[in-house]
Amino acid sequence: MMYKVGMADAKVAGSGDSLRTLGLGSCVGVALYDHRLKIGGLLHVMLPASGGKTELPAKYVDTGIPYVINLMKDAGAQTRHMIAKLAGGAQMFALTTGSDIVRVGPRNVEAVRRWLDEMGIPIVATDVGGSVGRTVELFTDTGAFSIRTAQFGERFL
Amino acid sequence: MRGSKVDQSDWRNGVHLDRNAADMLREVGNIGAAHAATSLSEMLRQRVTMEVPRVEFIPFDDVTEILGGPEQVVACVYLRMQGEVTGSIFFIQTVSAAKQLMALLELSKDALAPFSEIEMSALGEIGNIMAASYLGSLTDLTHLTMFPSVPLVAVDMAQAVLNVGLQQDNPIGNYALIIHNSIHHHMAREDAHLFLLPDPGTQEALVRALGIEGLA
Repeated sequence: MMYKVGMADAKVAGSGDSLRTLGLGSCVGVALYDHRLKIGGLLHVMLPASGGKTELPAKYVDTGIPYVINLMKDAGAQTRHMIAKLAGGAQMFALTTGSDIVRVGPRNVEAVRRWLDEMGIPIVATDVGGSVGRTVELFTDTGAFSIRTAQFGERFL
Repeated sequence: MRGSKVDQSDWRNGVHLDRNAADMLREVGNIGAAHAATSLSEMLRQRVTMEVPRVEFIPFDDVTEILGGPEQVVACVYLRMQGEVTGSIFFIQTVSAAKQLMALLELSKDALAPFSEIEMSALGEIGNIMAASYLGSLTDLTHLTMFPSVPLVAVDMAQAVLNVGLQQDNPIGNYALIIHNSIHHHMAREDAHLFLLPDPGTQEALVRALGIEGLA
């Protein structure tokens, strides 16, 4: 069974199910996985910082990372057994002058790295940056993280 | 149906865009798009038609439905709307529709080849001219200054490129207010789309200005 994760959304799955989110641009897909229990979580964050807002915790990195970790814990996983894989954070539009909106992808990735580091969760694989849209899927039976792009087909992390 | 969609998000998010305001924005979209269509028609030397725009609050995850889903590969021109009302403008169409447009301008011989640099910059320029005439007519109408930034062009998954317009901090949650115009030129099998996404918070200024002008 495949579960869809929307924008500014996070879900947890196990039992061999998978989690998919479509068309990541500057957004980042954060996949968490606990090998021991074969439980995975997928977060689709849009912006680096919530600025104190509490509604839509999965929209922002600073609230989204703790949010998805808690979902994993609710499912029985422990933080010290979790690993992370990242995809997305692209800059879809090439630009000479550095507008903040256009450069949000790299800032998202930076924030995700910092927060995962803070939580003590190692990042074992990434496919981030560039200027390409990505669809990702986390398979909970193996922890494999599929990255699909319009131009280059599919690869696994 | 359209009215009820706006009302539904009113109810869900406490957004103050009543039917009256939606009608005004639709009128704005109509006038803006008519000017944009005229400039496209001049470029193509062809009749270009336009549907009555839709003004809707659409959940983020559904914004791409009109283009064929989140993973549909599209040719997208993105411009920031700057001035007293800010927001995002997208001139967006499927790759095959964009290739037809390029063929009309005698820029493309191969519908299957990737977009050349010339094609990308021509797309950007078309988007630029359309956005400028669209916003120019809004400025005439509202006396609020609005002008487009330089156009940025990308060919990729619809969701990935449209994201850039949905990132604004948004008091209404995961909904975007979209003024959507479908554009049809004589030779095309598929429509092109012009999306106007006023930033959350600035749409009121637009509505207010229109109210003073006695539209609606």
